[in-house]
Amino acid sequence: MKFWTLLVCCGTAMAQTPQSLDAKLAALDSAVKSAQSAGDNAWMLTSAALVLMMTGPGLALFYGGLVRRKNVLSTMMHSFILMAVITVLWAIVGYSLAFAEGSPFVGDLRYMFLRGVGIAPNPDYAGTIPQQTYMVYQLMFAIITPALISGAYAERMKFSGMLLFTVLWALIVYFPMAHMVWGKGGLLNAFLGGKIPCLDFAGGTVVHVTSGVSALMCALYLGKRTGYPREQMKPHSLVLSVIGASLLWVGWFGFNAGSALAASGLATSAFVATHFGAAAAALGWIFVEWIRTGKPSVLGAISGCVAGLVAITPASGFVQPFPALLIGFIAGIVCYFMVTLVKQKFGYDDTLDAFGVHGAGGTLGALLTGIFATSAINDGLKDASGKVMPLGWVDGNAGQVLNQAIGCAIAWGLAIAGTFIILKICDAVTGVRVETDHEIEGLDVSQHGEEGYFLET
Amino acid sequence: MKKIEAIIQPFKMDPVKEALKSIGIDGMTITEVRGHGRQKGHKEVYRGQEYNVDLLPKMKVELVVSDARLDEVLKALTAAARTGKIGDGKVFVYDVAEAIRIRNDDRGDAAL
Repeated sequence: MKFWTLLVCCGTAMAQTPQSLDAKLAALDSAVKSAQSAGDNAWMLTSAALVLMMTGPGLALFYGGLVRRKNVLSTMMHSFILMAVITVLWAIVGYSLAFAEGSPFVGDLRYMFLRGVGIAPNPDYAGTIPQQTYMVYQLMFAIITPALISGAYAERMKFSGMLLFTVLWALIVYFPMAHMVWGKGGLLNAFLGGKIPCLDFAGGTVVHVTSGVSALMCALYLGKRTGYPREQMKPHSLVLSVIGASLLWVGWFGFNAGSALAASGLATSAFVATHFGAAAAALGWIFVEWIRTGKPSVLGAISGCVAGLVAITPASGFVQPFPALLIGFIAGIVCYFMVTLVKQKFGYDDTLDAFGVHGAGGTLGALLTGIFATSAINDGLKDASGKVMPLGWVDGNAGQVLNQAIGCAIAWGLAIAGTFIILKICDAVTGVRVETDHEIEGLDVSQHGEEGYFLET
Repeated sequence: MKKIEAIIQPFKMDPVKEALKSIGIDGMTITEVRGHGRQKGHKEVYRGQEYNVDLLPKMKVELVVSDARLDEVLKALTAAARTGKIGDGKVFVYDVAEAIRIRNDDRGDAAL
């Protein structure tokens, strides 16, 4: 007993032995760093989970409710299966092509099979969180982007063709575009040595312009659904869509505020801008709808909310709260006219308006980011001497709008050319459109051998 | 025996059931149906795409009564189903040749 008491006393005495100041400071420094890392990592893992929730169940419900009853499962499957397909592709080669340093257009293969992507941070992107956290967070963006396109080809695309299309699209369009905007040395990366500094906080061009424009290509290439627009093709359950859109709204906090890559003030700013944009857009859409058709629809409110979330995405970490309201409000109105007047005038059958909402809203948001981005919110862009650079027109840098337009043009060009070529390949290999009698029967039965609702049992 | 086939407003289902029950009619068969007569439908708009919904949800009530009770039942049914507006529905009456209770082979009025 005495022996143990002695030992404890010795231990206490040793702990109180004066250490050198340097050692104390070093210990303190390391404790502070690990505390910050713990906080940031907790937020980033949460954000990654939130972004996955946007695809399933968010987008799956939102899109699933908008199609006819006979296609509800196939439409939800478009979103769900991409959670599996893109994950595998990302682990093998996707993360490397998007985020390894390489050419200005695409990354090299240094991170293939996630070689060297471990717990140590990658200071080029996020110095306080494990690179694996960054990798898995970015994966969730790669999943939702092709899932957004499914809104355009829903109700008529062959499942095999859709799988092949998505794999090729990720390889040819998404990974290069993500590299150009976010990858180290990417052509458009304003923060890491890009030649054309394009501001895209959370994926306005990378996610929404590419997916929205590719969606339009799919709609044009596949052609109209049998019976469109003569037959009734009402959403079979707006109840599902309201739940889905609400989940998208919440998940979007991970998407945008998570793009701060830390639990920081910038994350708060992006969170607030995101929320404000969504709210103003829902109101913008139903106001104009109320005036034009006499009724403010529920589908209008949720569509407007998504349009606002899309438009605020590139702007979210760069703009003040009130410009965020304005961006959302404009997006709600513009996207309303895109999915009504513009779609009817040109007559394309973009089943669930992936182009009208994501293509148009994304482009609009990217351009408005060039106007409203301010260094008062984001002082990350510095010149050689360390001075904070002005961002958008409100900072006096009117030329940024042009940079934004160039970024959009590149995204449009890549999406149009890439998607057309990929569809041609898929058409030759698997076929892209189901046979007419399969389409009439519904994709749930013809592609999957199942029905979404079987109420007799 | 007569068969009464009444197409009524869905929200009038319970009042009709109560009215029939109050005069001792318990048996009936109901079906959810869609249809329209003179009642105009309504317009629905989904992202600018307009649809005219003219086949509206209705309830079809079918019951078979003895000839003696026909008038009384019709009176109770129509009174309960009436709102006085277009869309209240219609009643059709048919002759019935035979009725059989499957359980014990009762025939005619006894099977009702």
